[in-house]
Amino acid sequence: MSWIGRTLPRLEDPALLRGLGRYFADLARGAQAVKFVRSPMAAGVITGIDLPDPEDIRGHIFLARDLEAGGVRPVQAVLDRPDYRRVPHPALAGARVVFTGQAVAMVVAETEALAEDLAEQVFVDIEPEDPVISIGDALAEDARPVHPETPGNVMVEGAMRTPGVDQAFTDAACVVELNLRSQRQTAMPMEGRGGVADYDAASGRVTLYASVQMPHMLRTGLADALAIDEGLLRVVAPDVGGGFGSKMALFPEYVALVWACFRLKRKLAWIEDRRENFLAGSHSRDQIFSVKGAFSAEGRLLAIDGDLRSNVGAYSCYPVTCGVEPLMAFAELPGPYDFAHYGVRSRGITSNTAMMAPYRGVARPMLTLTMEQLMDRAGAKLGIDPVEMRRRNLVTKFPHTSPTGLVFDEASYLEAMEAAVKIADYPAFRARQAEARAGGRYLGIGLAVFSERTGYGTPAFAARKMAIVPGYESVDCEMGPSGQVTLRIGASPHGQGLKTALAQLVADRIGIAPDQIRVIAGDTDATPYGWGSFASRSMVIAGGASQFAADKVADKLRRIAGQLMEVPPETITLGDGLAMAAGTNRSLPIGDLARAIHSQSHRFPEMEPGIRTQGFYDPPGTFSNAAHICEVEVDTQTGGVRIDRFLVVEDAGLLINPMIVDGQIAGGVAQGIANALYEELIYDEYGTLLTSSLADYLPPTCAEIPPIEIHHMETLSPETVTGAKGVGEGGTIGAPAAVVSAIMDALAPFGVEINTIPATPDRIRAALREAKGPAR
Amino acid sequence: MNEKLDITLTVNGRSHALGVEPRRNLADALRDDLGLTGTHVGCEHGVCGACTVLMDGRPVRSCLTFACQAEGAAIETVEGLADGDRLHPLQQKFWELHGLQCGFCTPGMLMLAAGALRENPDMDDEEIREVMSSNLCRCTGYQNILRAVRAAADVMRAEGAQG
Amino acid sequence: MKPASFSYHKPGSVSAALALLAQFGEEGKIIAGGQSLVPSMNFRLARPETLIDINHIAEIQGVSDQGDHLEIGAVTRHATFHHPVSPCPLGRMLTKVVANIAHYPIRQRGTFGGSLSHADPASEWCLVAVTMGAEMEIHGPAGARRVPAAQFFRGTFTTAVGRDELLARIRLPKLPEGWGTGFYEFSRRKGDFALAMALAALKVEGGTIRAARLGLGAVGAHPQRLEALEAELTGQPATPQTFAAIGARAQTMVTPSGDIHGSAEYRRELAATVIARALTRAAEDAA
Repeated sequence: MSWIGRTLPRLEDPALLRGLGRYFADLARGAQAVKFVRSPMAAGVITGIDLPDPEDIRGHIFLARDLEAGGVRPVQAVLDRPDYRRVPHPALAGARVVFTGQAVAMVVAETEALAEDLAEQVFVDIEPEDPVISIGDALAEDARPVHPETPGNVMVEGAMRTPGVDQAFTDAACVVELNLRSQRQTAMPMEGRGGVADYDAASGRVTLYASVQMPHMLRTGLADALAIDEGLLRVVAPDVGGGFGSKMALFPEYVALVWACFRLKRKLAWIEDRRENFLAGSHSRDQIFSVKGAFSAEGRLLAIDGDLRSNVGAYSCYPVTCGVEPLMAFAELPGPYDFAHYGVRSRGITSNTAMMAPYRGVARPMLTLTMEQLMDRAGAKLGIDPVEMRRRNLVTKFPHTSPTGLVFDEASYLEAMEAAVKIADYPAFRARQAEARAGGRYLGIGLAVFSERTGYGTPAFAARKMAIVPGYESVDCEMGPSGQVTLRIGASPHGQGLKTALAQLVADRIGIAPDQIRVIAGDTDATPYGWGSFASRSMVIAGGASQFAADKVADKLRRIAGQLMEVPPETITLGDGLAMAAGTNRSLPIGDLARAIHSQSHRFPEMEPGIRTQGFYDPPGTFSNAAHICEVEVDTQTGGVRIDRFLVVEDAGLLINPMIVDGQIAGGVAQGIANALYEELIYDEYGTLLTSSLADYLPPTCAEIPPIEIHHMETLSPETVTGAKGVGEGGTIGAPAAVVSAIMDALAPFGVEINTIPATPDRIRAALREAKGPAR
Repeated sequence: MNEKLDITLTVNGRSHALGVEPRRNLADALRDDLGLTGTHVGCEHGVCGACTVLMDGRPVRSCLTFACQAEGAAIETVEGLADGDRLHPLQQKFWELHGLQCGFCTPGMLMLAAGALRENPDMDDEEIREVMSSNLCRCTGYQNILRAVRAAADVMRAEGAQG
Repeated sequence: MKPASFSYHKPGSVSAALALLAQFGEEGKIIAGGQSLVPSMNFRLARPETLIDINHIAEIQGVSDQGDHLEIGAVTRHATFHHPVSPCPLGRMLTKVVANIAHYPIRQRGTFGGSLSHADPASEWCLVAVTMGAEMEIHGPAGARRVPAAQFFRGTFTTAVGRDELLARIRLPKLPEGWGTGFYEFSRRKGDFALAMALAALKVEGGTIRAARLGLGAVGAHPQRLEALEAELTGQPATPQTFAAIGARAQTMVTPSGDIHGSAEYRRELAATVIARALTRAAEDAA
């Protein structure tokens, strides 16, 4: 009986359901509280900092000069590209501030409330400079450079142009021109950032419990910034309340926190509040894609010519850098479409705004919106049905090499779309739509077909010229004397259910039950070096490494069993907790084998004692794919949009635990709907964030998210050892395109174009006012 | 004004004497003074709902209630939901139906549903959706949470019917 | 996001509360449900030095039916109205409205009087008070006085309640049987502050409007009763055309300001829409 493919309730859940989870802030008892004094201005020179009289300070206040005197170095995210501008990121701003919310001073006091009282008494004098907030501001001819290192305010740029682009546009029967914008958004995990730093006098070490996705990387980066022996640091990611990419970066607050912990030799806790998370956590999106597509009369896409601008904020995030959005947009814009001519420039533009870091989907929600709008709008111009447009352009032969040189492995772009279209029942919808329109109600249906590149290994990251190249994963697997397995992984799950999924995978390889497998993650003292959980990688890469490690365990169990039963090891099969000798009715419990190799190791002179193995995996990367179909009703009077149906046909290869996969898809779609309709960080022209509370930043509730209907295809790729492809981001990648497509379909009688997401009621009404169609 | 008040909080049926500044909110008192860290703090302005607990049987935001205001009230937190080793039907159904991922919003969701079902054990799907829209979840896309509350309500009603 | 320090008092009577207000003057602040005050304190936008907690004053709790009106104690929780507090059209209307106030847990703590005293432009209860012609009973050092809703709201977050006074009770005139009521609110998400909302009450006989009440909220500094339009409605047929025309008329009478959730122009359009829809619902209810 296989554990793979079964909907097993998660092993992680009972503790979480009982309130016994351990999030970092739960470990803060007895700690002194840390708060940061943050810049009230977007740009300026610090001319002075007024502190309370020393005798009035019940606690400590640290400034940039204190950290500098302590040997703390700025964080430096590095891309080894001539077009990349390297900007040092200080833990505390000393000379200048470059975004509203930047940490200028660190305060330590007995409680959080007292720390806030003390922080209020620190006044930062700033000589303001012209704030550079929007992409337009930053690229204006007379724009002030945000940093001395960034003349022109471009931090990184990718560009290529195949020779045939111009000719293709000359030959085109139809050219579609798009100017699409995604407003700024944030991942907004339910738990903010923060850490508890605990000093151990006996060892002189600091343990940092922090809400992070990459504990090993954080330790390396902290040791570099603090110029200390990495062995003096232990980083633990305990239960983490969501990340979605936003907790990958080495944030400067962690540098200051750990430095202060070494300095004060006391337990310290920085628990980010929600306002700080909006102001100074990582932001995302904020892109303008100006793209032209050339089509033949038959609707074949011939060429793309585009200028992609991504506002990357004030700093480049460590370790993945500010290249993550613009360079992914550049490399992956073609999506699952087959065309040859590509002329695209993609820039990462710096501004006096909070730093961009990865957020679920990275670039792809916007590039999918772009490609899908090209298909829809070209179809409308050419009189070709949107589904037929995609039929004529999707990649169907594998492996496929994209214009940017990406190699696509076996997938089911066309098949997934056809399945979705069939389930959605377009003819029935069109009948409902016509009937509704006759009554003055506007229904629409929209389609998005896309690829999701997952399981990026080192080759993919190295291609970006990152100085720090993540990609591989390591796993240590040990079977103890009672036959229970401990799997120590470098990946660092934070809600995905990876421990359960890996236990299912390993259970099948070793022949024991998942509840006999304990997965340890997120502790640099207890796990092998690895990169953590991000980029839809963990099941593919940590899964592959686990499989290799587990196979070695199984191999050794067969050898032990073979010796004990006096049969050749290759005749042994493992399952249901037993080692069975083929062709006989003999078997031994796996626990007995484990006990023997630990307690009677002298009987196995050919073998090392115990059962401990390692697995490594560094895949080339693989593409998941999906088709999303969304039905909406638009209230043309209020501009409100209601989603009536959301359908996903997903192909993520082999499903290890279908329930967990569906959970990832549904959660991803919800965030994609949020991107499409609700969420928006807004700075005013001075760089003040107007959306720093949940009254103004609007993540959807269960009242806004419809049931999400999920169907699966399982294309097994040779490019992943387990057959599983990543599935963490697809929901978010496809949903905005499907929603926008549906809104435009609903409003087709008015000729309305949606060019900005989120498509808020105000924006929809504005578009309707400007549109020609029937009056309201 | 940083003087502490001596108060008694009754939490999950046990009373606790503690000294708190008036400004200490109930969530912090539960977490930091009583060590009941199952109640989570997500926004401190009453929107996210991660800190939802029951006060005299009604779900409230513990970040918007000062600990000194909770004196005399019966407080219930997620730690008191299970009956010993036996999970509460809500916990059981959240588990079976994958109503949680990272788990951070979960205690608030459970307490919200527990309180609302106490007021109205017969909520229909639309009422469940209305009530559960009070709390934010960032991982699940909500559908499994709604299914879990529906299923738990059915179980609780059946158990109640049995006696 | 921890509030600044304050001292805390828990009076047991209105007179004790007034004495504390007199004692602490400008530094004293009444806390009722705290569902708006405490967020603002947590952001340190409000920093009262003294909180006077009126939640335990029994004499200002609960709803009583006084024949021609309902008397609502200031610390009556929103959730009290989840079920009709009176079988009359007003009681049913309050139940329709309350479902739009924030979310379920907020409604367990937030209070009727707290909403009126806070006077958020998007407060549903403020719209009810203005449209239905409520009367506020305000207690102060000189005793009690009664202020009609039309004179109660002075601007955004500003009312007739003085620093040394306390809103104790609200009298809401009942609607006779035969009236229909309709409420319509548009917000970005479930439970959000309204971008615009309207409350209508209609008496319809044989398809003709005989009497009307109409109020508009969340568009402007405080809710307003549109008496001119009430007069225009009277005698008109209760049809979609009438309601759309009244909405369009309202659009010319309001001067909303824009914010990040909606431009002034958007809000003006929305005023027309919510008015037409509230009237439609009221007509359906009357039928």
